[in-house]
Amino acid sequence: MITVKEVEHAAKLARLELCEEEKEKYTEQFSKILDYFNQLKEVNTEDVEPMAHVFPVKNVFRDDKAEVSSIRTEILKNAPLEEDGFFKVPKI
Amino acid sequence: MTTKIKYETVIGLEVHAQVKTKSKIFCNSATEFGQEHNSQVCPVCLGYPGTLPVLNRKVVEYAILAGLALNCEIAKHSKFDRKHYFYPDLPKNIQISQYDMPICKNGHIMINGKKIRINRIHMEEDAGKLVHAGSAGISGASYSLVDYNRTGVPLLEIVSEADISSPEEARFYVEKLRNIVKYLDVCDGNLEEGSLRCDANVSIRPFGQKELGTKVEIKNLNSFKALQRSLEYEVDRQIYEIENGGKIIQETRLWKDDQGITLSMRTKEESHDYRYFPEPDLPILEIDAEWVHKIRETLPELPDEKRLRYIEKTGLSEYDASVIVDSIETAKFFDDALKLTNNAKSAANWLMGDITAYLKENKLNLNDIKLTPESLVEMIDLIDKGTISNAIAKKIIVSLMEKGGSAQKIVEEQGLTVISDEGQILEAVKKVIKENPGEVEKYKSGKTQVIGFFVGQIMKETKGKANPAVINKLFKEEMEK
Repeated sequence: MITVKEVEHAAKLARLELCEEEKEKYTEQFSKILDYFNQLKEVNTEDVEPMAHVFPVKNVFRDDKAEVSSIRTEILKNAPLEEDGFFKVPKI
Repeated sequence: MTTKIKYETVIGLEVHAQVKTKSKIFCNSATEFGQEHNSQVCPVCLGYPGTLPVLNRKVVEYAILAGLALNCEIAKHSKFDRKHYFYPDLPKNIQISQYDMPICKNGHIMINGKKIRINRIHMEEDAGKLVHAGSAGISGASYSLVDYNRTGVPLLEIVSEADISSPEEARFYVEKLRNIVKYLDVCDGNLEEGSLRCDANVSIRPFGQKELGTKVEIKNLNSFKALQRSLEYEVDRQIYEIENGGKIIQETRLWKDDQGITLSMRTKEESHDYRYFPEPDLPILEIDAEWVHKIRETLPELPDEKRLRYIEKTGLSEYDASVIVDSIETAKFFDDALKLTNNAKSAANWLMGDITAYLKENKLNLNDIKLTPESLVEMIDLIDKGTISNAIAKKIIVSLMEKGGSAQKIVEEQGLTVISDEGQILEAVKKVIKENPGEVEKYKSGKTQVIGFFVGQIMKETKGKANPAVINKLFKEEMEK
């Protein structure tokens, strides 16, 4: 079972602000999701290899080649605030 | 205050080594240091929606190489995970790292005969760089500026077990690690520029106690000196806290180099909850034995092996061998010289003596000067053949370092050949004897050690060119007259 406290913690980590109503709603929904996982756990997986990825693909690489980027001006256009070619952010 | 309880120090280190690839770990943006800010970025490393990371093969190969050099097991299966935290240096709000299936595990290195275990090595991407406007450090700034050139530069994180038991040993460990990654050419190992970074975990416990004390993490260690000093400070602080009824809090502390203290960092401790999960955008790694074998074959001779070879094969002392091995530049130079001469001892002496002194004084590296292994060996041969004296060689070596060229030519052009002609030297011997009646008296009264004074004076008189053996012979003959 998930508690309201755990939902509050998850929300805080995700930088989400939840009202009381939402907290209760998500607590209930999270609990249901976890119940479903518990149901999956009942399947016998003794001889099944663990899976790290859904696609049967492995070892996809690129060669170590660098390309000169020329998108600085364009990319900085997307910055809410810019100064001397830097992204400007609030004080940490 | 008298301390009744003796404490034991327990240290573990996390070292981040920037990998020397041309492009970033998951995209083809360049990694060159010191470029114009935000000039080496692309939609992938900036975390634009819809982009996909693709792993740089070279990073995996370097990670395996480092793992082999550090006596690790190389994983057959490995994967990447997402580590979540919010900070402006991380444009994706996630860092692609490795959590429970790192590429290398269970290694070790030896520090003065003691085994320091390495828990793991994993691959990850570096974050960007924050510049704090107002230049008053993190606390005084009104806003921050971000440069994302470093975002996505490949890192190897090398995590030790808590096997280190003194601040000095911690420094030895990082020095050795740095030397190894430099030998491998995986990382250039510059602590000041941040291509090698180190965080330390330290705790204390009464001797004999099994449970570990509460550990504190120290950050901002930009030099070997800072590493050792910060740990010494932190050990003292923890003992003081405990002995005065205080408690150690698990926290991250920042080393303030100018003040020589550590300060509590309040910001990050609220959420060490990184919520790792497998990176869905990167397929798994399967590393077969053949690949590992191929990489093992490219392993260069490592510092410990080199040291042993110098001691066993060239007759260097343990100390001399260690000094030369400590710098890959010196070791390479020495190895090249060894191919040309059998006088290893002399080559080592010049490298550790006059050459190192000159480099230190002028803040230069061996690669910055014009001396070559060939010109050094040529000069050593001239000394061994008796063509030039050691005193003259000390002058020639400076010229070889500054202007380059050949020792033989300098000797010919400046007429620096040793004078063995007795007639010429006798003149100088007689002159010096005449000018120093007091010393002559001493010699004749039995204080024969003043001969050193005479040889020096006669050398001076002949501008360092006289053959010392001839000086000795002639002087003694004169005294017996």
